[in-house]
Amino acid sequence: MSFYGELQRYENFDFELFFKQVTDAGIKRIIAQHRLNERDYLALLSPRAENFLEEMAQKAHRLTVQHFGRVIFLFTPMYLANYCVNQCVYCGFQVHNRLERKKLSPAEVEKEAKIIAATGLKHILILTGESRQESPVSYIRDCVEVLKKYFTSVSIEIYPLEEDEYAELIAAGVDGLTMYQEVYNEEVYAELHPGGPKRNYRFRLDAPERACRAGVRTVNVGALLGLHDWRSEAFFTGLHADYLQKNFTDVEVSISPPRMRPHLGGFQPRVEVSDQNLVQYLLAFRLFMPRGGITVSTRERAELRDHLVRLGATKMSAGSCTAVGGRSDQESTGQFEISDERNVVEMADMLYSVGYQPVYKDWQSF
Amino acid sequence: MRDILKIGGQEISSRLFLGTGKFSSNRLIPQVVEASGAQVVTVALRRVDLDYEEENIAAYVPKDCILMPNTSGARNAGEAVRIARLARAAGCGNWIKIEVISDNRYLLPDNYETIKATEILAAEGFVVLPYMSPDLMVAKKLAEVGAAAVMPLGAPIGSNRGLKTKELIKILIEEIALPIIVDAGIGRPSEAAEAMEMGAAAVLVNTAVATAGDPVVMASAFGLAVRAGRIACLAGPGETLDYARSSSPLTGFLRD
Repeated sequence: MSFYGELQRYENFDFELFFKQVTDAGIKRIIAQHRLNERDYLALLSPRAENFLEEMAQKAHRLTVQHFGRVIFLFTPMYLANYCVNQCVYCGFQVHNRLERKKLSPAEVEKEAKIIAATGLKHILILTGESRQESPVSYIRDCVEVLKKYFTSVSIEIYPLEEDEYAELIAAGVDGLTMYQEVYNEEVYAELHPGGPKRNYRFRLDAPERACRAGVRTVNVGALLGLHDWRSEAFFTGLHADYLQKNFTDVEVSISPPRMRPHLGGFQPRVEVSDQNLVQYLLAFRLFMPRGGITVSTRERAELRDHLVRLGATKMSAGSCTAVGGRSDQESTGQFEISDERNVVEMADMLYSVGYQPVYKDWQSF
Repeated sequence: MRDILKIGGQEISSRLFLGTGKFSSNRLIPQVVEASGAQVVTVALRRVDLDYEEENIAAYVPKDCILMPNTSGARNAGEAVRIARLARAAGCGNWIKIEVISDNRYLLPDNYETIKATEILAAEGFVVLPYMSPDLMVAKKLAEVGAAAVMPLGAPIGSNRGLKTKELIKILIEEIALPIIVDAGIGRPSEAAEAMEMGAAAVLVNTAVATAGDPVVMASAFGLAVRAGRIACLAGPGETLDYARSSSPLTGFLRD
């Protein structure tokens, strides 16, 4: 079993030709449908569908309220380590970048955890750079043991693991996985990952499936927007989410639509993804997967995030910091600059002001 | 007229049970409960945060209500049992609504795992109210293993589509000696009234209230509808006919 087989169906697919054949009537029909197939989803990602954003937004809003209510789940990321052996040309942590490399000790993890827990958040996402030597699975497991004292849900965003390694972390208390494929286009992926284990496209692509087989509760996938044509990348992200939901029905599946942000190294996005493009992507996905989660990070600026609350988002990060130990050490260098610097209280105030409730706890490992 | 529903040794005068998910603010919950007159309120233990009173959903349930934690998020019987035990240990009482769902696309309950969880928890002294897909044999089994009531879905959770499983629920009402509480799918007060007219012991409503334009007013409407439906049921609705009954019967001449 692999999503790779699904991707190969589109190996020689002519996206331009497909988009040319999309009609206004076709888009109206799709918006009115109860259930969308993958070609319907692609049609909603077309340039022509840009003329129907309001209609899509109205339906996306209704579907989101119906399935999730007027609530937004809040979480925050914690960077455990920034050692990395990869050469991803777009990332601030890549091996050739000169920055202070750091790894939190269990005591430092606890110090950061206390600061975050004091905000009331109960869900945390832990991240590392990709270095099996500096941040092995045993190290991550030890950190999870510490974090479980403060948080009811711990998710990981780390290098791809083998199935038994995922099972080990799940047994320790991890319940969620975020794994960005970065780029679904295999050729572009090869160009952007010139060195390091991350060059292995298939191993990364299949990681969510390995985690699902190992028993993870939630899985979040996505493409880093700005690295390649956003319409096809959004399409493959949606297909990936749909594939996971079909094959692992007991797993809660979400997507994230991260856009490239400035970082140490200064790689310029290859493709500009406008706010309108981002909104179209989220709306199309919501209509395609009404029960799929949509996570919007602090990469996006506050004003835009405020609007996305009503356009399908279900989960948002708050009080974010992309530096290792950055909450207790203000001097650290982050992976990228965040745009929305509001703390948890400010995020909660905003949500209440637009008629939504912040949810701090939505799961607890039992 | 004294019309009391008895579950797990507790007398309940309101036959509208309320869910607490999806509201735009926990602060609405006390108003909604009051407007509806509900006495049984369910909360997802996954949302209960005992460390943080301000955001603890259970803290917003009025003290005179029966708090019914549910096992939302459980994917199998084992998880449901652990959640139930944790709820009781956390002081949430011994009522538990079993929700075992391993299908995130439609959120349909897993009847097999639900029976297993019910059996274990009933034996441990819980008042177990299992949420289930309406199936007579499953309902019989749930009764056999100790369920205090049976909660069939009217339509998929959150869909507001109404009593799509009406015929199957009718059979449960006729055949199962336990209270039948219609849970999930009811979108309008008229549908709640219809369920009560059919003979359901109670209905549980959440999304229809939480996502209404004015949740407090809608809660009030549901409270009235459930009462009306119950009174109609007790009154004994007249027979329904497929054809008009002629005032000049065809066989009248035999009596002339």
